[in-house]
Amino acid sequence: MRIGLFIPCYIDQFYPQVGIATLELLERLGCEVAYPLDQTCCGQPMANTGCEQDALATYRLFVSNFKDYDYIVTPSGSCAYHVRHHYDVLEQTPAVARVRERTLDLSEFLVDVLQVHSLEARFPFRVGIHQSCHGLRGLRLGQDTERVGNDFSKIKTLLRQVRDLELVELDRPDECCGFGGTFAIHEAAVSAKMGKDRLADHLRHGAEVITAGDMSCLMHLEGIIRRQQLPLRVMHLAEILNGAV
Amino acid sequence: MKHAQKATRFIADEPRTDWHDQALWFVRQKRDLAVHSVPEWESLRELASQIKLHTLANLAEYLEAFEAKAQANGVQVHWAANAEEHNRIVYGILQNAGVRKLVKSKSILTEECGLNDFLEANGIEVTDTDLGERIIQLRDEPPSHIVLPAIHLKKEEVGELFHQKLNTEKGATDPKYLTEAARHHLRERFLQADAALTGVNFAIAETGGVVVCTNEGNADMGVHLAPLQIHCMGLEKIIPRQADLGVFTRLLARSATGQPVTMFTSHCHRPKPGGAMHIVIVDNGRSEHLGRPDFRNALKCIRCGACMNTCPIYRRSGGHSYDVAVPGPIGSILSPGIDLKKHSDLPFASTLCGSCSDVCPVKIDIHEQLYKWRQIAAGEGHLPVVKKWGMALAGQVLSSPQAYNLAGKLARRALKILPRFMLYNPLNDWGKSRELPIAPAGSFKEWYRKNKMHEPE
Repeated sequence: MRIGLFIPCYIDQFYPQVGIATLELLERLGCEVAYPLDQTCCGQPMANTGCEQDALATYRLFVSNFKDYDYIVTPSGSCAYHVRHHYDVLEQTPAVARVRERTLDLSEFLVDVLQVHSLEARFPFRVGIHQSCHGLRGLRLGQDTERVGNDFSKIKTLLRQVRDLELVELDRPDECCGFGGTFAIHEAAVSAKMGKDRLADHLRHGAEVITAGDMSCLMHLEGIIRRQQLPLRVMHLAEILNGAV
Repeated sequence: MKHAQKATRFIADEPRTDWHDQALWFVRQKRDLAVHSVPEWESLRELASQIKLHTLANLAEYLEAFEAKAQANGVQVHWAANAEEHNRIVYGILQNAGVRKLVKSKSILTEECGLNDFLEANGIEVTDTDLGERIIQLRDEPPSHIVLPAIHLKKEEVGELFHQKLNTEKGATDPKYLTEAARHHLRERFLQADAALTGVNFAIAETGGVVVCTNEGNADMGVHLAPLQIHCMGLEKIIPRQADLGVFTRLLARSATGQPVTMFTSHCHRPKPGGAMHIVIVDNGRSEHLGRPDFRNALKCIRCGACMNTCPIYRRSGGHSYDVAVPGPIGSILSPGIDLKKHSDLPFASTLCGSCSDVCPVKIDIHEQLYKWRQIAAGEGHLPVVKKWGMALAGQVLSSPQAYNLAGKLARRALKILPRFMLYNPLNDWGKSRELPIAPAGSFKEWYRKNKMHEPE
C-alpha cells in the first residue's frame, strides 16, 4: 500500500512540525509514505472565495501529483473534504475519480483503513477537542449535535488510545471557530468573536491544550491565544498521536 | 452598508452580542432537546424533504388543484406575480369592503412585499398582532428574525417602548405585566378590526384549506372576529394532502422553538356565515428561483428559523445586519436570487460550517448553496477588487510549485524580519485581533528534502 502524503500549504509553510508528526506517525504504523515534491495546495482558498475558475489549475496539479497512490492522506479534514467534494467541477477522468475517492483525512485513514487500536503515545494534559466543521459535517468524522443518531467520533477514538490524556467536555462541542478561510479577513470582527467564544469554552472547562484535525482552525485560535496571552496552547492531532509531550 | 460592516458595529457592544448569542443558543438547545427525543427524526426530515421536492416538481398541478378546491369551498383566490401586485390586490379587497382597520397575524411574505407601508400610505390602519411583531411595529423597524421578530430587544427596551406607546408604568420590565398590557391593547384592536389578514404555513391542495401555526392564537382571534379574512401565501407553501400535514407540524415547532407543536394550529377552509375569505397566492421571484436547478430546493423552506438560531454568524451579528426580510443562512441563499448585486455579500457571511444544513428540518443544502452563490457572485463581477485580483494571483502561485515555494519563502522571511508596525498595519484585518503565525526555520518541504532525501541545503 503506497501512501501519498499531502501537506496543506499553510502547514508546509508555518507548521512543519505537523507535517513531520504526520509522516513519522504513518511510518511508525508501517506505511510506505511518499511525499510528491511538486505539491502546493488543494485550491480551496480560491474556490471558497467564489473563484473556482482560478483554482482549476491547482486542482489539476493536485491530481497529477497524487494520481498513482493507493491512498492520499492529509492532516486536514478541510482539504480532504475539498478534494472529495469540490473536485466535481473537473472532468471526471479515471485519475480525478481515483484521487477523489482515495483522499482521506489522517484520522479516518487511521481509524477506517489502518484500524489502529493501540498507539504508543502519552500526553499527560487536559485536552479540549475542536471539531473542525469540514471534518465533522463534511467528512462525517463524528456525530454532530444537530443530527439524531448514535454518538461517535474518530478523533476521540484515537485520543482515547493516548495514555494519561484527559478529555474535557465543552458547553458547545461542535460550534465553528470562525476561521472560514478568507472569511477570517473579510468578516474579521465576527470571525475573531467566534474564536474568542470558542477559547472561553475551553478555558471554562480547564483545557490546557486544544487539538483538532485541522491546523487552519488552530492557526486562527492560536492567533487569538497569543494576542490575549491566554493559558492555552494548540496542537494538531498528529502531534499528540505521534507521542509528543 | 455591507453585512461585514453592520456586523462589526453590532459586535462593538460585546456584552450585548454575548446576550444575543446566548438567547438564540438557548432556543437551539431547546430544539436539540425536543428533536433528540424523536428517534425517527432523520427519517421524518427525509420524508418532509421528499414531499416538498415532489410538490415543487409538480407545482403547477398542485396549485391549480388547490385553487379549484378553495373556490369550491367559497373562497376567492387571487394570483400575484410580484410584491406590487400582491399589495394592490390586498388593498383592492379592503377597499371594496370599506375596511379602515386591519389586524394581521405573522406573515413574512407581507414583510417581503412591504404591505404595511403600502396600506398605511393608503389610509388603512394596520395592527400586527403577534406580540413580537407588534413590538417592532411600534418601534418602526423590521423584524430581526422570522420566528422571533423582536429577539434583538431586551425586556428593558420593551418596557420603555410600552411606557411611551401603551402607557405602562415607567421602568416596568416584568414580562408578565408587559404582556398583559399588550394583550389589552391588542384586544381592543381585534374588536375594532374590519378585516383580518394572516400568513400561511401550509396550503393543502387536497382540501383547498390553509393552515396557520401560532403560539398566541392571534390568527384565530383576528379571523373569528372580523367579517373579512385574507390569507397571503407564497406559492411554495403548498403540500399535496391533509395526511402530509402531520409530517410538517411535527418538524416545524420542534425546529423553531423546541415545542412539540405550536399552541394553535388553525385550519381555515371556507368563509364564516356572512363573511368573506380570500387567498392571495404570490410568486414574487419564486418561479424564477424554481428554474435554477442548483438553488430550487431552497423553496422547500418552512420558515422555522432553526438555521438562524444555529448560525454562529447570525447569533453574533443580529438579523438586521442582513438587511433583508428573511435574514440568516436561508435568507443568504434566497436573497441573491432576488437581487444578486445588492445581496452579493450575503453568501460570504458564512464560514460554510454546515450547521444550517444539518439543523434544517427539510434538508435544504444551505451551505452548499452558499458556496454556489459565491461562484456566481464572483463570476458576475460582484467581488471586491482586492478579493478578485488576490484570488487570481493566488491561483497563479498555487498552481506552480516553483512560484509557490518562492512565495512561501518570502512570506516566512517577511514575517521574520518586518517590524511589527509594518506587519500589523491598518490593512491587515487578520492582525486586528489575532497574531500572525510565527515563521518556522524552514518549510516542511525543505525539511523533507534535507532529512528524507538528504539533499544539501
